[in-house]
Amino acid sequence: MILALLRRVAPIVLIAFVAIAGPVRAEPVDDALALFATDKFDDTQKGVEELAKSGHPGTADILTALAGGKLFFNPADRMIFYRDASGTLRDARYGAPSTVDAATLKTVRLNNRLRRVVEASLGSADLISPDPGKRIGAAEAIFKSRDQAALPSLDTALANEKDTRVKQAMEVARAAIIVTFPGASDADKIAAVDKIASRADQEAAALLRSLPADTPEAVKTHAEGAVTTIEHKLALWAALQNVAYGISLGSVLLLAAVGLAITFGQMGVINMAHGEMVMIGAYTTFVVQQVIAAYAPGLSEGSLLIAIPLAFLVAGAIGVAIERCVIRFLYGRPLETLLATWGISLILQQTIRSIFGPTNQPVSAPSWMSGAFDVGGISLTYSRVAIVVFSLMVFFALLLVLRRTSLGLQVRAVTQNRRMAAAMGIRTDWIDAMTFGLGSGVAGIAGVALSQIDNVSPNLGQGYIIDSFMVVVFGGVGNLWGTLVGAMTLGIANKFLEPYAGAVLGKILLLVAIILFIQKRPRGLFALKGRAVEA
Amino acid sequence: MTRSLFIDRTGWIFLAIVLAVAVLVPASNLFLPAGSPFRVPDYLVPLLGKYLCFALLALSIDLIWGYCGILSLGHGAFFALGGYAMGMYLMRQIGTRGVYADPILPDFMVFLNYKELPWFWHGFDMFWFAAIMVVVVPGLLAFVFGWFAFRSRVTGVYLSIITQAMTFALMLAFFRNDMGFGGNNGLTDFKDILGYNIQSGETRAVLFLLSGLALAGGYILCRFIVSSKLGKVLVAIRDAESRTRFIGYRVENYKLAVFVISAMIAGVAGALYVPQIGIINPSEFAPAASIEMVIWVAVGGRGTLVGAALGALVVNAGKTWFTGVLPDAWLFALGLLFVLVTLFLPKGILGVITDGWQRTQRRFRSDGSVPAPVPNAAE
Repeated sequence: MILALLRRVAPIVLIAFVAIAGPVRAEPVDDALALFATDKFDDTQKGVEELAKSGHPGTADILTALAGGKLFFNPADRMIFYRDASGTLRDARYGAPSTVDAATLKTVRLNNRLRRVVEASLGSADLISPDPGKRIGAAEAIFKSRDQAALPSLDTALANEKDTRVKQAMEVARAAIIVTFPGASDADKIAAVDKIASRADQEAAALLRSLPADTPEAVKTHAEGAVTTIEHKLALWAALQNVAYGISLGSVLLLAAVGLAITFGQMGVINMAHGEMVMIGAYTTFVVQQVIAAYAPGLSEGSLLIAIPLAFLVAGAIGVAIERCVIRFLYGRPLETLLATWGISLILQQTIRSIFGPTNQPVSAPSWMSGAFDVGGISLTYSRVAIVVFSLMVFFALLLVLRRTSLGLQVRAVTQNRRMAAAMGIRTDWIDAMTFGLGSGVAGIAGVALSQIDNVSPNLGQGYIIDSFMVVVFGGVGNLWGTLVGAMTLGIANKFLEPYAGAVLGKILLLVAIILFIQKRPRGLFALKGRAVEA
Repeated sequence: MTRSLFIDRTGWIFLAIVLAVAVLVPASNLFLPAGSPFRVPDYLVPLLGKYLCFALLALSIDLIWGYCGILSLGHGAFFALGGYAMGMYLMRQIGTRGVYADPILPDFMVFLNYKELPWFWHGFDMFWFAAIMVVVVPGLLAFVFGWFAFRSRVTGVYLSIITQAMTFALMLAFFRNDMGFGGNNGLTDFKDILGYNIQSGETRAVLFLLSGLALAGGYILCRFIVSSKLGKVLVAIRDAESRTRFIGYRVENYKLAVFVISAMIAGVAGALYVPQIGIINPSEFAPAASIEMVIWVAVGGRGTLVGAALGALVVNAGKTWFTGVLPDAWLFALGLLFVLVTLFLPKGILGVITDGWQRTQRRFRSDGSVPAPVPNAAE
């Protein structure tokens, strides 16, 4: 075990040792620099090539100076100097500022052929930069340009490269050159195609599709196969990306609809003011953030966490008030309930507009929710992930409340058989108020989350009301799982339609699909089984 | 007073008032001198004309909601489609007088780089074709939608919600520029109708008269339907749909028929609305607008027809007044109206009036006999 480890570590140690020992010896860079001092074009070209191969950290500076006619040699001692961007004269070997009298120096001359060589070498000079990011960038540049002159320096860099990511990028870049390299064997080219295919992105596919006409047949067919594989992979990632976006949208729908699933699904109350409960939750978040900013700035990172219970309480209290004052007189008259709650929604909107004004209010996001990360070919933002997680938490918490608490038991009892529940001693009107308050409170919580991704304005709720009803009706009334499935299905379907039909047309198609679906299954995806004949 | 079989006393009073208004308002605007205190000012004619169109629209909603229990939250869609059909005719009449002076293409199409007229715009240069489309397009949509919905027995709030989704989808569609209906600007800048300048007082007076006649005609049609045998079946469906079905009536056919008729009436109302207002845009499809229409009916008194027209007038007059005097308070007032009417005025304004009328009548009758009650809208 230890022996195996040693065997693996030994070469690394050795390389490290050589690297440390390096600067002490007379290096290839000295020979290369010496060639610049001969004042002959051939020697200068050799010098450029040697320098590029040498791995000298100042290579890029020296070559830039050479291209700009700012590289000098001293005819007396054959030392090389260059003037950097700020005009300081520096010693080429060590990069230190030099005090040599500029008048004694001669410029290293260039011709057109040399200029091309210098430019090519400059491109690959970054390959030996100490910064891994720059090295990858240089490899990418070579991958795109497929400049065959870069091959030698690429080989050198590759031999010295230790970072696996950089190494991978360089190998792909090398493969991109090899594929079109006249001298390479078919076997090498096929290996190179495989290497390029390992990138599995749009550019690799484009490169393999545009191989020159004189490419051998075997390589061509292999490349075509590789392109198909890449395209399949890309399609898969695109599909996964759509699924991810769809889940994100679905969780927003779920948040907006889950409260409705309680009030509409359990109680049968059409609450058109549901969207306004969401809006009130969002405004609660805004007020909480304002108060925290004014009195306790230290808590600002946790403002959302503080806002969640408050939004629940505020929206829940308003919900209970609505139930007690209006809805309880309208049980059994669903169409009247619809109209009355629509009136309430207008009043709530106008109240908020009168207090806070019609404009959007700024709601800040905590720092841990900003930023994005990549999973394979998908990029996700933290705020979206947070909303997905949060919506599922709310959903399961609600499920738990309905299934495992005595309140939930009583809610279900009243839903299933009101008079029998009353006969068993359940205060049905109190349960009605609590249920409505629970549904409204959950809507308020949804508002906290939606304040992060939507404009906090008095119209916030209106945008969600139709979607929420669609989700609940599609999923099946009275079934929380149906709401979950409904929200996710609609979210994902929407995102899959968007690329083909555009955002608006996709939404229209989805609405039409739901309208048709309701014709087919008027009780939704997961209908409650029972004998209840309506009206 | 002669008593028709199907028009009751309230109905005659209503018709008399509507016809009187339809003649007197434009006449006073046209023939009285400018300084006369009885002259209806110019701005008021299209405004009152708008109310008449809304009253007709409210009638169409009351026909299905009050007598058949179908609460449509998407009736604005039929109204707007009728309006768009008329708007398309008016657009084609502009001709070379538009900003871009294209003889065929309306301005917005030139602006959006249309090369030729979309297929569905053909024929709208002829008035008779547009007039047919005013009823055919809403009727066709109602037929297709209702055929699917009623056959699969989508009822009650489910139907309300999907009608709302329908008008929402149409709104989104008409907001798109590439639908070929002018996007969010809609159709506007009309010049003339049947060769008459649309801005002139005479044209407006005639349009007002036509709106009044349409309202009267719509009332007579609705009244005829609800007092016929068909109407009796509709009321039976409203009160006990399953029972009616079990008796042997094909409930879905009755509902579909009345839904299509209602949509056509709404389309006519839209077509009369557009030339008087001078613009039609996708906001007419907004779900909120359609719900507002329902509250007109509820305020006036559901299931009375006359009440629907009255409610449309009262609510819209209130809206005009509020938005002029207290713009912020309008939504409060409208919201309260929704709540209070559903809670305390299930029969609406007309219900209160007739109840009061009957009570006074009963008090003064010596023989103690009670006049036949007006049929109430049961749940």
